Amino acid sequence: MSSVAQPSEPRRNDAGPDQNQRVASVEFFVVQFLTGLASAASLFLVASGLSIIFGVTRIVNFAHGAFYMLGAYVAYTLTDRFEGFFGFWGGIVVAALVVAAVGALLEIVLLRRIYRAPELFQLLATFGVTLMVQDLVVMIWGPEDLVGPRAPGLRGAVDILGLAVPTYDLFLIVLGPLVLGGLWILFHRTRWGVLVRAATQDRDMVAALGVNQTWLFTSVFALGIFLAGLGGALQIPRNAVTHLMDLSIIVEVFVVVVIGGLGSVLGAFIAAVLVSELNAFGILIFPKISIVLVFLVMACVLIVRPWGLLGRAEGPARQPAGLSIRPWRPMSQNQRLIMLAVVVAAGFAPFVTGDYALTVLAEIAVFALFAASLHFLMTVGGLASFGHAAYFGLGAYGAAFATTMFGMPMIGSLLLGPLLGVAGAILFGWFCVRLSGVYFAMLTLAFAQIAWSIAFQWVEVTGGDNGILGVWPASWASSPATFYWLALAVSVIGIVALRVLVFSPFGYALRATRDSALRSEAIGIDRSRVQWAAFVIAGTFAGIAGALFAFLKGSVFPDNLAIPMSVDGLVMVLLGGIETVSGAVVGAIVYKALAIWLVSQTDLSKLVLGAIIVLLVVAFPKGIVGFAEDLLARRRTRADDGGSAARTAPAKATAPTSGSGAAPIAAPKMEAAR
Amino acid sequence: MSTPILEVENLSKSYGGVHAVRGVSFTLAAGEILALIGPNGAGKSTCFNMLNGQISRDTGSVRILGRDTAGLRPREIWRLGVGRTFQITATYPSMTVRENVQVALLSHHRELGRLFGFAGARHHAEADRLLGLVGMRDLAERPCGELAYGDLKRLELAIALVNEPRLLLMDEPTAGMAPKERVALMRLTATIAREQSIGVLFTEHDMDVVFEHADRIMVLNRGSLIAGGTPAEVRNNPDVKAVYLGEGSVYGGEAAA
Ligand SMILES: Nc1ncnc2c1ncn2[C@@H]1O[C@H](COP(=O)(O)OP(=O)(O)OP(=O)(O)O)[C@@H](O)[C@H]1O
Ligand SMILES: [Mg+2]
Repeated sequence: MSSVAQPSEPRRNDAGPDQNQRVASVEFFVVQFLTGLASAASLFLVASGLSIIFGVTRIVNFAHGAFYMLGAYVAYTLTDRFEGFFGFWGGIVVAALVVAAVGALLEIVLLRRIYRAPELFQLLATFGVTLMVQDLVVMIWGPEDLVGPRAPGLRGAVDILGLAVPTYDLFLIVLGPLVLGGLWILFHRTRWGVLVRAATQDRDMVAALGVNQTWLFTSVFALGIFLAGLGGALQIPRNAVTHLMDLSIIVEVFVVVVIGGLGSVLGAFIAAVLVSELNAFGILIFPKISIVLVFLVMACVLIVRPWGLLGRAEGPARQPAGLSIRPWRPMSQNQRLIMLAVVVAAGFAPFVTGDYALTVLAEIAVFALFAASLHFLMTVGGLASFGHAAYFGLGAYGAAFATTMFGMPMIGSLLLGPLLGVAGAILFGWFCVRLSGVYFAMLTLAFAQIAWSIAFQWVEVTGGDNGILGVWPASWASSPATFYWLALAVSVIGIVALRVLVFSPFGYALRATRDSALRSEAIGIDRSRVQWAAFVIAGTFAGIAGALFAFLKGSVFPDNLAIPMSVDGLVMVLLGGIETVSGAVVGAIVYKALAIWLVSQTDLSKLVLGAIIVLLVVAFPKGIVGFAEDLLARRRTRADDGGSAARTAPAKATAPTSGSGAAPIAAPKMEAAR
Repeated sequence: MSTPILEVENLSKSYGGVHAVRGVSFTLAAGEILALIGPNGAGKSTCFNMLNGQISRDTGSVRILGRDTAGLRPREIWRLGVGRTFQITATYPSMTVRENVQVALLSHHRELGRLFGFAGARHHAEADRLLGLVGMRDLAERPCGELAYGDLKRLELAIALVNEPRLLLMDEPTAGMAPKERVALMRLTATIAREQSIGVLFTEHDMDVVFEHADRIMVLNRGSLIAGGTPAEVRNNPDVKAVYLGEGSVYGGEAAA
């Protein structure tokens, strides 16, 4: 998929035959197969690192791609400075060690604080680190692609069946199984490895054996990061080093571990080979959208083995995202009136502000709807999607197609466009709801990236990187004021509809599946059907927001369904308060306004944003609205205590935060104590 | 007598080399209260989980109201009229106590697919009636997440009664409760079972509760049934004594009494 995810990586050393003379000869297939195997090596290194870390710490390290990229950059610097045989190979190994040390530092400073937090928070925090690294890398090494040296001693090519295969590729082909064997020995023949395997099975038992768990975790994390750094460093003779390689590899790695099974090193190896070969041959079968092949295989594996080829079923999920023990209430009459007043006041904006402000406000309205749709899935359903932008973007493309291809009027496009998002949600959602927790997050991300790749690669239809231009609103809605009113109206209606859904019987069914899958099944609720429906509902509203967005911007681009857009949505929900009903809207308004302001103030917006995400996760996991509700609740309890001191059970209402990961019920502890 | 509520024949399950349950057979009549007892790890929960379809069985057949349940999912078995409480309670901590019951009622009336209308207003009275049965009427508005463990157990009973079950499967229904509460809950269960002629299968570590309330007792050890009969028969069975010897359980005192 490296050709897919980020196309800016030039393949320098690709000694495969010229694309034009793509003859279907046996020789050609053999060489193509070898190229696939060589690509698999790095992919395996990175994926096995992710798997090992997950096995012990239960953290899916989103920043793994960032460490892969760092490995490549550091190796570039070292091999550039120290030439010759030892300079090169020493540089590669030292680069991986340096990156591993940075990884250990990250584990000590950040991860130790969030081991018990919900999965969503761990993914987000490590994603925040990824963002920060992206800006730091550009700061240190500059934005241009860097081309590293070739490997001394392995510069040439070997003649195989009359075609030239780079010696370095052959080296990588051998290296993959060697590393696999080395890891096996490490885990089965050393005391440390045995401890790690024991910790993978049962963490508490290892703690009981008197092993220092803290440092065991740190060393495991460092090993995983070492493998990622090594994978990156080994790529420099093959590919240019770019500051985009982190996201492209992480998506590939997610696909690999979803197929191979999280926690299984052998699974990672098999899946890395499978995915790399599919990429190598996919180009031949679907030259335009080779990604489809990987998608099909991943889908098949998931149907047959939801936990991957060699993965094991996850135990019951940890506390899902969005779970609060403060029951939600519909708005009171007064609160409704206040909201109405706010909306009416927002409607007066065109009389007091200029055109630019109105476009910004319209954009905020669009994103409020987008965030609300994600909130429905993530908070109400407990399903943290890392690829929600897919449905936003599909809605945008749908509207653009309707306008430019079929010449629909704006209203028609706004109604039909989102259907593309709906279709995507129906298709992808069917697979995603079979999984939960981190698997769900990874799969949604992979699907979104697949949608992105199609938008990017299928140039004839989507215009590729150039997007689709000329998606302008109808003349009656073309003034910033009228378009703002349109956006506001659609957004408000959408948000109200989602809120009605939250408190409808369906909303209760959805929350029920989130709170306890076991109980829900035991009272006749079909979990995957309910969650699938929620996925489609969320995708529908995201699609509506996307269609509006297309008309707001007058164009659509692959960026509209890219990972950063998905993460924007997650941050909005988190910032507003993941355990609350109205957090998403508040979060969207604050975040979007902040982001627009930030971009105008600094070049390092990713660094700042990443830091904000990490800070939010570690220090304010309840978000703005959650924080406000806590304050209110505390004041109320105090007032109550003044009146009737004898309240029944200890008011735990404000105690367990998702950040600290405290279980809301004492039941599992009782069981352990037995 | 009419068809038994539950007929179990040759039920077995093993995990790797561990025979969690082997060759268990029994029947349960309407209105009967049957206790399944045995030391920790005897296979009691595994039996319950096979009966309500939560885990698949290796061998054996289970008939509920004469209907073979092979291949049915828990939610389908629930629709046959089976209520279930769990050893480790499974409730909805983000909802109030009443809402927990309301969700089950909505499901029973097949209304959970509705996309609008305030769910909190539906089946309000019926939910309160069920909560009243288990003595939790006062707690209806409380967040379920802050209930004491014994209250969660009672809530589970209320939820289990939602679909007017013919069979109740209760895995340690009184664990974590004060002795008085235990007696009250089991009395209540017995009354309901007799009135509505529900068959009750329950397991319990507190032998006072078992011997006082069960009509019949089966003893499971290492997956196999080693004894069965009336409380008096089981009490005097030497095999049973051997199994419980050294457990230091209440049973010792009971037997002497
Ligand atoms: N998923 C599983 N995998 C492997 N072994 C299991 C599994 N579930 C249960 N067992 C084993 O099966 C046996 C029976 O377990 P079960 O939970 O049914 O016992 P129990 O009688 O309910 O015990 P308790 O009184 O402690 O609740 C035990 O030895 C247990 O370790
Ligand atoms: Mg048990």
